[in-house]
Amino acid sequence: MTHLPYAVAAWLFIIGLYGVASSRNLIHLVNCVGIVQSSSYVLLLAIGYRTGRVAPVFSDISPKTPAVDPIVQALMLTDVVVEVTVMALLLGLAVQIHKRHGTLNPDRLTKLSG
Amino acid sequence: MKRRARKLFFFISAVALGLLFALAYHGLPAIGLVESRYGDLVNAITVPERHITDAVTAVNFDVRGFDTLGEEFILFTSVMGVVLLMRRQKDEPGGNHEDKARGRVIPPASDAVRVTALLLVAPTIVFGLYIVAHGQVSPGGGFQGGVILSTASLLLYLCASYSQFRRAAPKRLIEAAEAFGATLYILIGAGGVLLGGLFLENVLPLGKAGTLASSGTVFFINLGVGLEVSGGLVLVLLIYLEELVEEKEQ
Repeated sequence: MTHLPYAVAAWLFIIGLYGVASSRNLIHLVNCVGIVQSSSYVLLLAIGYRTGRVAPVFSDISPKTPAVDPIVQALMLTDVVVEVTVMALLLGLAVQIHKRHGTLNPDRLTKLSG
Repeated sequence: MKRRARKLFFFISAVALGLLFALAYHGLPAIGLVESRYGDLVNAITVPERHITDAVTAVNFDVRGFDTLGEEFILFTSVMGVVLLMRRQKDEPGGNHEDKARGRVIPPASDAVRVTALLLVAPTIVFGLYIVAHGQVSPGGGFQGGVILSTASLLLYLCASYSQFRRAAPKRLIEAAEAFGATLYILIGAGGVLLGGLFLENVLPLGKAGTLASSGTVFFINLGVGLEVSGGLVLVLLIYLEELVEEKEQ
């Protein structure tokens, strides 16, 4: 059980990739990319966690209180906001593809045009 | 069959990837026991040297402020990408949407939704500003507060209509606000150079830890990031809603 979060991160990554590889709809595919990325959140938080320590916020506790690692949490924070906008960009691509080709199924997008 | 071959190929690769994951995790310590010297170091300096009581903000906007600048510009370029992709194009084929639910009337929002949304607009804005301004004291900051602020515009859409939403949030103004927020970060960074220090050096007086007027430049960077994030997200919402409305008009 002590390594469970690592397994969860690996599982999310692989199941997200499965969704990308087997997708029949580009909107579903974008969500699967989001799932792949969420595995990084689990991994980062798992690495930063330290048993018996508090959150790294010292507004009402002594600055010397042992706290968990704030660096990975900071990495995750920007990751979340960036993911939202990147997904908006990918969904914008899906909208354009639907306009141009009338389908969202990647299997039917075989026409090349330059 | 093509699909089956693709899935078979995926399963073989997935098993290989799973094995690599297992191999990579094999030597890692158990959860809760990972040693992080840098994390402890940041926790030790954040209050005495940086006068910031939220270590996560200290990392994001002071210790690795330059990296956050890069991340903020990923956000900025993604939003610009959405703007570019979703703009009306002259040669765009119109009316080829095979919408099976064509002619479906979207029911208007009920009074309960309108009143609740209207009541929530002002508290959401205040809460968003509070989160933006208190990043150096408690969990929060420009990224989180900016997202909360942008939801206020969505509430406005729920309680009024798209045209009123547009009037309350003119696209030009939102674009300008977003660009100004992004520029503010660079200007604050350049301020460090102008005052004889390094780029993004915390040159302002640090103030008393745990109060609003603490942390030097971090507070102002958070304001800029808050403006940029809320502007960017409102712009994305505007553009997607525009698409919806134009499709209905066709």
